Amino acid sequence: MNIKDNYPESGEWDLIITPGKKWFDLQLRQLWRYRDLLMLFVRRDIVAFYKQTIFGPLWYFIQPIATTIVFVFVFGNLAGLSTDGLPQPLFYLAGITAWNYFADCLKKTSTVFRDNQAIFGKVYFPRIISPFSIVISNLLRFGIQMLLLVALIIYYLIQGIDFGPGWTILLLPVFVLFMALQGLGLGMIITALTTKYRDLSYLVEFGVQLMMYATTVIYPLSSLGGKMYWVVALNPMTFVIEGIKVSTLGEGILTLQTMMYATSITFVIFTIGIIIYNRVEKNFVDTI
Amino acid sequence: MPTAIKVESLSKAYQIGQFSTGTISRDIERWWALARGKEDPFLKIGEKNDRSSKGESDIVWSLKDINFKVEQGDILGIIGKNGAGKSTLLKVLSQVTTPTTGTIKMKGRISSLLEVGTGFHPELTGRENIFLNGAILGMTKAEVARKFDEIVDFSGVERYIDTPVKRYSSGMYVRLAFAVAAHLESEILVVDEVLAVGDAEFQKKCIGKMGNISKGEGRTILFVSHILNMVKSLCQKTMILEDGEIQSIGATDDMIQYYLSSKKNAIKEWDSGVVGDFIAELNFARITDSDGNSVEFIDINEDAFLEYTYTVKEGGYMFNPNVHVYDQNGNYIFVTSDDNVNSRFDKGIYQSKVKIPSHFLNTGIYTVGLALTSYPGTVIHFHEADALTIEVKEDIRKRENPYTGTIPGVIRPKLEWKTMKKKQI
Repeated sequence: MNIKDNYPESGEWDLIITPGKKWFDLQLRQLWRYRDLLMLFVRRDIVAFYKQTIFGPLWYFIQPIATTIVFVFVFGNLAGLSTDGLPQPLFYLAGITAWNYFADCLKKTSTVFRDNQAIFGKVYFPRIISPFSIVISNLLRFGIQMLLLVALIIYYLIQGIDFGPGWTILLLPVFVLFMALQGLGLGMIITALTTKYRDLSYLVEFGVQLMMYATTVIYPLSSLGGKMYWVVALNPMTFVIEGIKVSTLGEGILTLQTMMYATSITFVIFTIGIIIYNRVEKNFVDTI
Repeated sequence: MPTAIKVESLSKAYQIGQFSTGTISRDIERWWALARGKEDPFLKIGEKNDRSSKGESDIVWSLKDINFKVEQGDILGIIGKNGAGKSTLLKVLSQVTTPTTGTIKMKGRISSLLEVGTGFHPELTGRENIFLNGAILGMTKAEVARKFDEIVDFSGVERYIDTPVKRYSSGMYVRLAFAVAAHLESEILVVDEVLAVGDAEFQKKCIGKMGNISKGEGRTILFVSHILNMVKSLCQKTMILEDGEIQSIGATDDMIQYYLSSKKNAIKEWDSGVVGDFIAELNFARITDSDGNSVEFIDINEDAFLEYTYTVKEGGYMFNPNVHVYDQNGNYIFVTSDDNVNSRFDKGIYQSKVKIPSHFLNTGIYTVGLALTSYPGTVIHFHEADALTIEVKEDIRKRENPYTGTIPGVIRPKLEWKTMKKKQI
């Protein structure tokens, strides 16, 4: 160790703890220092999931397939909703896969403080690592479900149905990032608020369900007109889901304006999430 | 030696009571006051953290104006009663929570061991948990990998390193967890009473390791413990915390002496509603001689009585008063209860007393816990773990034995002896 004599007088401290709070602090330096922890958390979540279930990743397929079948029956056949000219299973599966990722990120993030109460109360690490690790470990599930979608796309292409993404497929990672950031942002807002107002957590499951119906998962945006169009379009997730449909299936609404709206609303939600999370993180141990 | 930690006017306030109600209005009140440029109303009120009297406000200062420095390579012991602020101080130092006022400056990385095995996942193997736990405590993957063999060696669980830790015995679990913690590379270690777990042999090993860390590698350790012997063997300097304030700081031997003598209280009164539930509450406790007069200490040659008074607010229960006695290191000496009570109590003020016979406890300082339980259902109405701290003294001139030194042991019974001549040689 290299320690200069009398260094305290020169004011060279490595760490100064004060009551002060910063409004917006991504703690990038801290995140970098704890990057190994981030990856280990991701690994822990994945490994623990595999070890606890017999079928492992098979579960990842069952849920979207079952949901797609129900949607085809209820919304496609009974209600006769438009699917933008796409085969119904394809249209619903794309929406469900994307929505699931967003919903998982949101739901898991919204209980971060509650789930990590014990560990947060005993040891310090940048708290922001926990929600980030959730978003990353959920990517695995999203990736596996995407394989299912790809298989379905290939099936319909072989059948000779004319659809398909063009260059827009390059935008897919951007939309996935938007989903992650929105799920993260909303989840962080909710988890921060539930430390004070617990009853809010009951709303999450229900709220996510409702939000799905206000997003273009089961109907295309193009089928809406007038007021309804604007209500759905203002939903922050709508243009992200539309974007994903455009980039994977080639159908949906994607313009420069919708892209700008999606980008800015994602940024706003994420920023608010970080601010509120950071505010609460400092002292949540005292209140929960 | 240079300073490793400098704490300046550190305070921490807690809000007690109901958290979920009135928080919005309190927040608004606070914002409104601050917006008008007035003082924060939250900070204005406050009082000592004294559990035996009921506070006027629902804000309690768990730490109040703490100032101290620790030199690099020192092991500082921190002792104090329950609720003196020890845990809060550790939490603030280890950044688990923020201070209300004041600053802490530190040189080097800090790791805290407020608990062993934080973040251990039962489904993961020993190996995986070493890496995970190491990372949670602030090590990088490369650092853990470098120390991996040493950690496994220290823990003594080589054979099961690839077994999920849910199959470990609790002893193995603790060994592995402590082994990770003992190999942290941070310059400052904050240790809570984690050493109290594990078997005696392993405890010794851990203490040795901690001593080596500070002497050999120049690291600084803050060590909180109830176990005074452990503090004595480990720390050169000790701090006594009382009601959130530093009462004294100095050489460990002096501090322990001071602490023990200051801790004594042979008589104590509790405000209504502080210790107890809606059925019964503790009011008053004292030590008396056989004539019923309060005494400061117990004379080993005389019988003494532990007496406590409590109010039964709701009748109809079968109560069982019980008393718990610990030695100065926190070892449980005995529990005794009044098993003659067969009838249900109705409302009223009751007194229970138990005789401590002469020549029973050895000389020394003991902590007395007072409790009231009811049956059926074993409901504990109150249990004040350190209600009284008593000293048993002896007038050596009255000793029937010519030996004048200290007689070791926790108890000093007068047993029946017979010594006789068997044969002339």
